[in-house]
Amino acid sequence: MKNALLAIASLVLIFGFMFVSSWYKDRQAEKSSFMAKENATTFVRKHSQTLGSDDAKVYIVEFMDPACETCAAFAPFIKQMMTANPGKIKLVLRYAPFHDGADYFVTILEAAKKQEKYWETLDAMFQSQSYWASHSNPQPQRVWEFLPQVGLDMERLKQDMKDPAITALIAQDVADAKTLNVRKTPGYFVNGKPLQEFGYQQLQDLVYSELREAYQK
Amino acid sequence: MAQSDKRSNANWTILFLCWLLVSLSTAGSIFFSSVMEFAPCVLCWYQRICLFPLVLILGAGLVSFDNQVVKYSLPLAVAGWLTALYHTLLYSGIIPESIQPCSQGVSCTEEYIDLFGFITIPMLSLLSFSTIIALLHILLRRITR
Repeated sequence: MKNALLAIASLVLIFGFMFVSSWYKDRQAEKSSFMAKENATTFVRKHSQTLGSDDAKVYIVEFMDPACETCAAFAPFIKQMMTANPGKIKLVLRYAPFHDGADYFVTILEAAKKQEKYWETLDAMFQSQSYWASHSNPQPQRVWEFLPQVGLDMERLKQDMKDPAITALIAQDVADAKTLNVRKTPGYFVNGKPLQEFGYQQLQDLVYSELREAYQK
Repeated sequence: MAQSDKRSNANWTILFLCWLLVSLSTAGSIFFSSVMEFAPCVLCWYQRICLFPLVLILGAGLVSFDNQVVKYSLPLAVAGWLTALYHTLLYSGIIPESIQPCSQGVSCTEEYIDLFGFITIPMLSLLSFSTIIALLHILLRRITR
């Protein structure tokens, strides 16, 4: 009798927790898609780097960090989805430099943008990430070994890195990440809908459901 | 005989209420960190270390009703209460932040929730540990009398 009560109470607690959690997540998702309509600039700023056609109806907004391993792992996956659906997906990169010292790599990336080598530099960074961004022994300076192969003008890059606009841009992105409740990288929003459960399949499902909705008619 | 049965029933109920409170607090704590994604600070972790095991310890004590469980759970509850007290004082600014132990990662004084203008997470923890100790203390007195 008493043990039955204990078992029932445990079940009520567990199911209650699951119910409240899913209710909370749904509410957050609603709030965020409302914000995407009313306040689109929080998702896409003028300075944001984008990839893909301007006519695309599905926007993937990714809050990323050049030093984040999972961001590097997801980059080819997203490009695959974009090649599989040409012209329909636009990728917007935002910064959430949560790793220690990650601002430094964002600054390099933004300086490379001025030489129109943004994506090449990002690819080179992601590929060499394990050499300079190891968690146990970060060696940020080693990133420089991998930059010349991109074909950057190194002197100009160093000069451009001093641009105060880059600092302001990072601060803006960090503020937007906070507004949108991004606490981990990569953080994804597809047409303003947050990725609720993290994973490749989950992201693909979300993107494809948005693609269906946008291109069905 | 009937008298002692009644006593034992009441003791079970007190322990059950205590377990319920511990479980609710644990669920709330996991909700804050996993669902609302508030990163727990160092002090929060110390309190969690004291709180989470109580769900299983008190639960085991309830299944094969064993009064002795009070002895094993009180130290955890007291340790958790002390940490919660320190955290609450730190949070409300009574102890200055410069002497707090967690300078890296998440700040222990970053404000996450503010219910009705004055209830904060450390305060909820302190309240919860205080009630747990009160219930366990009542039970201890009943069984040693």
